[in-house]
Amino acid sequence: MTNVTSSLLLAVILLNFFILGTSRLGACIRVVALQGALLSLLPLFLYGVNIHSLLLSAGALLLKGWIIPWLLFRAIRQVKIRREIEPRIGYITSLMLGALTTAIAFIFADRLPLQPEHMQSLFIPAALSTLAAGFLMLITRRKAITQVLGYLIFENGIFIFGVLLTEAMPLMVETGVLLDLLVAIFVMGIVMNHINREYSSINTEHLCLLKE
Amino acid sequence: MTNFLLHLLLIFGLAPLLPGVIARTKAVIAGRKGQPLTQLYRDLWKLFRKDLVLSRTTTWIFRAGPLIGFAVPVLGALLLPFGPAAAPLSFTGDFVLYVYLFGLARFFTILAALDTGSSFEGMGAAREATFSILVEPTIFVAFIILVRISGDFSLNAMFGAVGSGKLLQSPTAFSLILTAFCLFIVLLAENCRIPFDDPNTHLELTMIHEVMVLDHSGPDFGLILYGTAMKLLLSSAMVVNLLLPVSGNLLLDLTAFCGALLLIAVAVGLVESAMARLRLIRVPQLLIGTTLLSFFGLILLLR
Repeated sequence: MTNVTSSLLLAVILLNFFILGTSRLGACIRVVALQGALLSLLPLFLYGVNIHSLLLSAGALLLKGWIIPWLLFRAIRQVKIRREIEPRIGYITSLMLGALTTAIAFIFADRLPLQPEHMQSLFIPAALSTLAAGFLMLITRRKAITQVLGYLIFENGIFIFGVLLTEAMPLMVETGVLLDLLVAIFVMGIVMNHINREYSSINTEHLCLLKE
Repeated sequence: MTNFLLHLLLIFGLAPLLPGVIARTKAVIAGRKGQPLTQLYRDLWKLFRKDLVLSRTTTWIFRAGPLIGFAVPVLGALLLPFGPAAAPLSFTGDFVLYVYLFGLARFFTILAALDTGSSFEGMGAAREATFSILVEPTIFVAFIILVRISGDFSLNAMFGAVGSGKLLQSPTAFSLILTAFCLFIVLLAENCRIPFDDPNTHLELTMIHEVMVLDHSGPDFGLILYGTAMKLLLSSAMVVNLLLPVSGNLLLDLTAFCGALLLIAVAVGLVESAMARLRLIRVPQLLIGTTLLSFFGLILLLR
């Protein structure tokens, strides 16, 4: 089973790179959905099939793989944008930063005093590098929708951490996080619509300008 | 000695078949019948009997370009193991020579293109130089991964350690698959296949390799085509060496190796049918992404 889980985690890290390097919003949303769907399989492979892991997996799959992408696709249809035109940092640079943070995540994870069964696993580095990729998206992109995507990737990283703690963490906490996420996406969708109506673009920089 | 002959036989005999397989794959996908598989052999035969036309502005460099472009893949074939057949020439650190032999060939191709004095060919030469700079780190990181796995600095040992079915052992498997994927992208970039350059189009402003050889004719052009086909074979051989396990039976292994080369050609054809050419701005992005991927493979291996 460790082989399957580490393949899943590697795929997640590779998808991080893809998201950092692409400018098409549609592809971005699809890849984030795929990432979420892959991650939702993790509890099943890690803890076997029981009610707890089954509920967690089904909930995550439903939300991350289906409902949230659907909401986001609806949002970009409404505001009619296809690409992130001008990120603050270019795609090549953000890819390089992503690779750098991944390397740092691997080195850092090796230094951490972990439980012996987690020493060699990919969980910690994958979680850290996904968190970093999410941060990068949040910092470097201008459009509200890509920032939402960054937030989602960030949550995926937290989810990887969470999966390690599933036994310690009650189901309620996980479902609470997922529900939070859904509500946050809802709110961001509404906010995006408002920004769009106000400034006829969803560039968040407009929000920094003070206006009488 | 047998290895020596075997390598020469494979590189001279099989190389012109690969572009034929690619063209046939594309034709079948597009629903056409396509040219015969042996088209390049016939083209070469035709070109070698033709006369040569030389522009008055050119010097000896113009003639040297195709010659070196032909000689280098032959030398490269002697350095690279072909599946079960070990390389006839092998010494510590020969992978550096292998990479820079092709650098030498590229240098002379670029000079020959500049030698014609045509600004159009100069544009192609500039692009070729830029993209090859971006490809080089990927190749070296891939080789570093192989050196790390095998603990030896010669191509023979590097690919030999990988080929003996080690692929499925879990710690190295991911890095190896990543490396093979990166080398496949390098194959596409180095041989001017579709996401980077379209070998069929003569659409002026988008070509890279085709534009550099526009002024060559007759036997010189034949040498260029032959050299390109051999380079394609060598690049595919690197990928095949990584992925194909060795059973120990020489005949079986060799057949499998040749079959796998043709499969790679089919894969290239499939990629070409499925993808469009990238915009020139996107090419460096993809190549740097590939470099980062191979770095990631290295990180996985080192931890």
